[in-house]
Parts: sequence; structure tokens; C-alpha cells
Amino acid sequence: MNALELHALYKSFGNVRALDNVSLSIPAGSRTAIVGPSGSGKTTLLRMIAGFEFPDRGRIALQGDWLVDETRAVPAHLRNIGYVPQDGALFPHLSVAANIGFGLTGDRAFRRRRISELLEMVSLDESMGERWPHELSGGQQQRVALARALAQNPGIMLLDEPFSALDTGLRSSMRKAVSKLLSDAGITTILVTHDQAEALSFADQLAVMRQGKLVQAGSPMALYRHPVDEETAVFLGEAIILPAWVEGDIATCELGSVPVLKPRRQGAAQILLRPEQLTVVTHDAAETGPYSVGRVTDIDFTGSSCILTLELAARTTAGGEQIPHRTLNVRNPGINIPPLGSTVRLSTAGEAHVL
Amino acid sequence: MSPPANTPVTGSAPASISRRRKQGRHFAAWITGSSWVISLLALLPLGFVIYIAIQSGWDSIVQLVFRPRVAELLLNTLMLVLITLPLCIALSLAVAWLTERSDLPGRRLWSLLATAPIAVPAFVHSYAWVSLVPSLHGLPGAVLVSVLAYFPFLYLPIAATLRRLDPAIEDVGQSLGLKPLAVFLRIVLPQLRLAICGGSLLIGLHLLAEYGLFAMIRFDTFTTAIFDQFQSSFNGPAANMLAGVLALLCLLLLTLESAARGNARYARVGSGSARQPQLWPLSKTATVLCLLLPISLSLLALGVPLITLASWLIAGGSEVWQRDGLLDAVQQTLMLASVGAVLITAAAFPIAWLSIRAPSRFNRLIESCNYITSSLPGIVVALALVTITIKVARPIYQTVITVLLAYLLMFLPRALVSLRAGIAQAPVELENMARSLGRTPTQALWLITLRLAAPGAAAGAALVFLAITNELTATLLLSPSGTRTLATGFWAMTSEIDYAAAAPYALIMVLLSLPLTALLYHQSKRTAGR
Repeated sequence: MNALELHALYKSFGNVRALDNVSLSIPAGSRTAIVGPSGSGKTTLLRMIAGFEFPDRGRIALQGDWLVDETRAVPAHLRNIGYVPQDGALFPHLSVAANIGFGLTGDRAFRRRRISELLEMVSLDESMGERWPHELSGGQQQRVALARALAQNPGIMLLDEPFSALDTGLRSSMRKAVSKLLSDAGITTILVTHDQAEALSFADQLAVMRQGKLVQAGSPMALYRHPVDEETAVFLGEAIILPAWVEGDIATCELGSVPVLKPRRQGAAQILLRPEQLTVVTHDAAETGPYSVGRVTDIDFTGSSCILTLELAARTTAGGEQIPHRTLNVRNPGINIPPLGSTVRLSTAGEAHVL
Repeated sequence: MSPPANTPVTGSAPASISRRRKQGRHFAAWITGSSWVISLLALLPLGFVIYIAIQSGWDSIVQLVFRPRVAELLLNTLMLVLITLPLCIALSLAVAWLTERSDLPGRRLWSLLATAPIAVPAFVHSYAWVSLVPSLHGLPGAVLVSVLAYFPFLYLPIAATLRRLDPAIEDVGQSLGLKPLAVFLRIVLPQLRLAICGGSLLIGLHLLAEYGLFAMIRFDTFTTAIFDQFQSSFNGPAANMLAGVLALLCLLLLTLESAARGNARYARVGSGSARQPQLWPLSKTATVLCLLLPISLSLLALGVPLITLASWLIAGGSEVWQRDGLLDAVQQTLMLASVGAVLITAAAFPIAWLSIRAPSRFNRLIESCNYITSSLPGIVVALALVTITIKVARPIYQTVITVLLAYLLMFLPRALVSLRAGIAQAPVELENMARSLGRTPTQALWLITLRLAAPGAAAGAALVFLAITNELTATLLLSPSGTRTLATGFWAMTSEIDYAAAAPYALIMVLLSLPLTALLYHQSKRTAGR
């Protein structure tokens, strides 16, 4: 059964359409990431699920019961949906333990036991309970906010860019820890983020939003490989988009002939390749697979890897039309870097996607 | 009342939802309604001035306003403001620079001593000077005592701004080839404009409103003239007309200040926290010369009142403490001030709430009604309330209710400003958080917002408490017979030239005001982020 059903949600703020016919099903126990540029309506959607905003039109159901429809709107405090906002939003006047115990009812002994359980769950030392929010680091604050939201055993956990305030290293380890913790607890999780890498790595369902509309939803891999349009393709990662001629399962482009999977159209089209599908082969290496020739015009060395800027040779089409020099960025390991100005071959792996 | 944490959301009846929404609306309506009522009350004094003008008609306005006496008062008041303000600005700038930007020895001490004169009510300042130099009177005396009593109102914001300025901007100025003096004049001074404008306005309004200081030093301003008029002819048209002119002067000052302030915003652009400014090294001779300024200032502004008080207290001995009325005055003052502080803070709550949670042009207008009224002199507010209560609310004429109403009109913004800062400490997001953790909106308000706003509310209440303790003019005019606060008791004693008997009243007022001074000093530090 789906944990959460969003059905045709609309919401406007003044003249701004924040949500425009958004429908989404979220399976129980899944991890869904809602991703989109700022202003795409993703946070509005999350706040609507939490009960801080109400839709102008549309319905929301939680475990099969209507939360919001034409006749009712269940307020936030009756929804039992956990919420971890961007900055943690810890209550500054309460200690860590009191923050975590805020939503708990029951006698003192029960509360104390539950608080220490929750602290352990988010890998914080029990002595942290006596600290004050301002004495914690950013990562610790987020853990406390998570523990506070976990306290009432919510059916769904909403995370509103909870990792964006943390620095890069802490960010991915926090993401992994939170992801594991919520999976182990079997809690359906919805993460809102503008960071596509975070969304791809976190989710088993990805929903891309743009200008209040839900553009595409599906598994991260499917969306990355087969985005619905060019904007989505570019948003989800570095993209190489080339004009091509599709015939059957083969697209012919400046990189030669590339196989495509179930092309949506034939003839002139745009195809999408991801940089990791291209490999630079130095001239003397064995000739395998389709390849084309390019000249190295720039090397951006970042240590373990480098990005090569290649200029493809100018070509003429069958119709005699001159195609100008095209430059591509290709990823290369940090070793065996071809020298600047040298000519290299490009081989492509996997299938291209027809946009 | 608290719902179980794990309430299943199934079967929430639509009826209960709509009831809950209705409750929310009730709350909003209650807040909005009470903020309108309070702001309408705040418009009473302005309404009174307009009413007087219309009722008297043009001919009698001409007759009562365009006469030599009014011209003389106008000249006196203008001279007082025009001489006192530049002196205060120059003095405050110099002391603020020395305490914030130079390596003058004992800078913290001098900074504290430059704030401390606020703890001494203005009329106690003039009492000290008059009993020390009995011949002091007229414009020179008025200017001297005004500067000493009021310069901290400029010193505090200037010093706070100096502390907060990002020194990187000055570094850039230097790197662009400006000499240190040019850096100060072209980069630092313009950024102090808001502080100087705000402080000057505050001092200007005090100069227009103060009665005790100028009455004692025998200098005629509008306020003293209105007071004399009122005492001789009670509720006569002459007093009312003068009050109208005085109110206009205050509004003029407000307009001037807002024009001078302009639309400037001097927020720091850029992220990260600013570095500490570098201190200007003073040479040995310069240090000695510069030390003379804060030393002499502290002697004049603090030394004179304290030494005079001490000598009167010694002269009076224990006998002055046993006089009738002192204990009564203390009790009445504490009673009046605490009731007033609680009432006014409560009254400020709806307005503060709306200005943070529902900022709109209309709500700003509502808020500004209160600020305008509080800038009117106590004597105008008092005259307005005397007229209105006699005409339409006779039962509350000369009762504590009217006195408290006057305090409400005069001191509401003091509570408002602190309360607003307090409520701003509790972003609506925290309330949302509490609701998502299963608390009802009312519980969320009580557990989060009110708890977080409490320090702000307490600071506001303390400010109001002390303002009431030291209030003289409106209390003299409005209070029922038999009322004796510390301020009016002090005034009664000095009117009888019994300076020794007045000393205990002054001392208690100063002691009660010390926490306020500490609070202001602390706040100016905190706005500077240290």
C-alpha cells in the first residue's frame, strides 16, 4: 500500500503558482527525494504534507485516510508526520533532552528512557542530553532534530534539505547514516533537496519538480539515464547533448554511430550521453568500438581525476553543410593524461538516450 | 488537554476541524481587534489637538498663538534645541571615538560612566546644579544641564554603531588613498548618520517635553509655560493652544528626523563576521589630554549630582528618612509602576505580535500611531486626557485609571520595541515544529513563542516600570489628590526649597534606575554582537 498519495494539488501565493497539478504516490517504507531548483515548489509540497500549508485544490491521503480533501483539513498536530527542517529548528530555550522529549507524553521515567534510546539511535552520547542547542555543532543539531522527530514514531519522515548546512565531508556521512537509520526503522522518508547528487544517492524514488510542476518521477537510475527532457537531463548531472540522426537502434552523430535503446523517434533528434560514457583513448591504443578524433585544448586537473576539453574535428554533413568545431568535456583519470594539443580518440560505452 | 503523541489520524471528524479553524480565527480576530483599540486610544492626544483647533476657530487661534509670549517661548525652545543638540553630538562623537576606537586607558570604565548619567532623572540633575550654583538660570543653565543629562542618548547609539562597523570598509578607504581624518569624515561619519539622527530626535523630544529640569533652572519653554497656565487658569484655552503648538513642534521634529535619515540602510554587505576594529594608538601627551574629556564629563554629569545628593543626605541626617510620606511614596510608586508595567506590556503584545507575524502596510500604520503619540510631551497627553475625561468620561477624571491611561499612551513603545525583539526570537517555524510534534496551536504558542518572548517582555516591562517611576509632569497633572510618587514627592519638597528632604526621594529614584542603565549598556553591547 502507498504510505502517501498526493492527488492533483494546486497552490498559489498571490500570482505565483507554487504547485500546479502535482500528483505523486509514495510507497510505504520507501525513500523518496523531491529535487528541483529553488522556487520549484518542492518545499511548499513538503510543508503541505506536514500540514503547515493547505492546498487550494487537491487531496492528500495518508495510509489510505484522507488528510486533506474538499471537506476536511487535518491540522499538523494530528498528522503524526515527522519533520526535520533545514536548520534543525531546535527550541533554543530547551536542553537537548527537553527538545527530544518535547512531543513525548507519559511519565518521567518513560520519557527519560525513550530520550536515551533516541540519543543512541542518532549516535549521540547520552551526556549530550544536558547540553543546549547553541553548544552543538551543525551536525549534532541535525541529529537532535532527527531524534526529536523520531520520538513519536511517525509513519512518515519529512526532511527539508537537512544536510545543506553541513560541510561536504560531514554531509555525505550524515546522509548515509540518516538513510540507514530510517530504513532500519522502516519509516517512509521524503527528502527535499536542490542537490541532485544527494537526491540520486539517497532515494529509491526520485521526483523532479520545476516551476510548480512535477516533471518526472521514477527510480534515480531511470531518470538519470532516460530523462524526459533536456532541462531534466542537465539538472540531474553533466550532460552531453548532440544532434544526431536516428535510424532503427542506431544514432549517427559526431562521435560516430552510437546504439540507442527504444528510441522515441526516428530521424533528426537530440541524443544524450553522460560524460562517463566517453573514454579517451590515446592514438596508439587498440582500436575498439566506435570512436572519433579530437584535440585536447584544455586540461582541468583536480587530483584524482581531470576534465579534458576536446575539440572535435570540423566535419561536413552528407548535405555538404559545414559543422563548426564542437568542444566536449570528458572525464579522465588523474593518470595517463594526454598532453595539451595532442589528438585523442573517444570511445563511447552504453546506449545513448534520445530526447 | 495534550493529545496522545500517537493519535492515529483516521476519522478526524470534519466538524472538529472546522471548529479548530474557527478557534484560530477567534485568536486572530482578538489580536487584531485589541491592537486597533489600543492604537485608537493612542490617537486621543492628536485628536484632542485637532479638536481644540477646530473648536476655537481661526480668530481665537490667531489671538492666542500669534502674540509676543508665544514668540518668546518659541525662540527659547528653538535656541535650547539648536545649541544643545550640536554640543551633544560633538561630545558624544568624541567620547564614543575615544572609548571605542582609541587605546585610551580604562576605555570600558569611561564607556560605563558615559552611560550612567541616564540613571539620574533630568530634574535631579538640575536640582543638583541649582543647589550647587544657586545663581544658575536661563538659557546657559538650561543648555549646561540638558547636555549633561541627555548626551548618553546620543553616546549609546554612536558607540554601538562604531563598534559594529566593519573595519574592512575603512581599510579599503585607506587603500584608496584617504588620510585617516578623511576616512573618518567620508566613511565612518556617514555610517553614523542613523545613530546621530535617532539620538538627536530622542534628545530633541526630551527637550520639548521636559518640565522639571527647566522649571527648576528657571528657563521658560512651552512645557513650563503650559504647566503654569494650567495651574493658574486650569483647563483654559490658552494652555490648550500652547499644547497644540508644542505638539506641532514635536511632529515637525519627527518629520525632520525621518527626512534626515532618508532611506539609507547601512547594513553590512557580505558574509562572515566582521573583524575587530583596530585601536588608534594615542601618544603619551594625547592620552593625557584625551583623558581630560571623559574625566571632566564624568565629574560634571555624575560627580555633581552624586556629591550634591550626598551632601544633602549628610546635612539632612537620619531625620529626612523618617519624614511622613517617604515610605508612602515608595509604596505608591512601586504599586503604580508595577501595575502600569504589566498592563502596558500586555497591551503591547497584540501590536508586537502583528508586526512580526503579519507585517503589512496597515499594521505598520497601526504601530506608528503609538510611536507618534509617545513622542508627544507628557503635558500634551495629560491636557488631552484632562479635557476628554471632563467632557466625556467624568467618572474616571482624576482617578488612577486616567493616570495609567496616560502612561499607556506615553510608554507603550518602550514595551513594544522589546517585545517585538522577543517575539522575533521565536520564528513561526518553531511553532510549526511544535505542531508537527503533536501540540495544538495554542499549546505551541504557550510552550514556544511566549516562552521565548519572555525575556523581551521582561525587559520591556522593566523599561516601562522605570519610566513610570521617574515620570513627573503627567502624574502631577492627572493623579487623584493624595497620590504621591517618588517623583511628585521630590517635586513637592524642592518646591518648598527643602532640598535636604528631597534628597532621599532622588536617591531612591537613582537606585531604581540603575538596572535600566545596566540594561541599556548591555543592550548596546549586544546589538554590536559582542
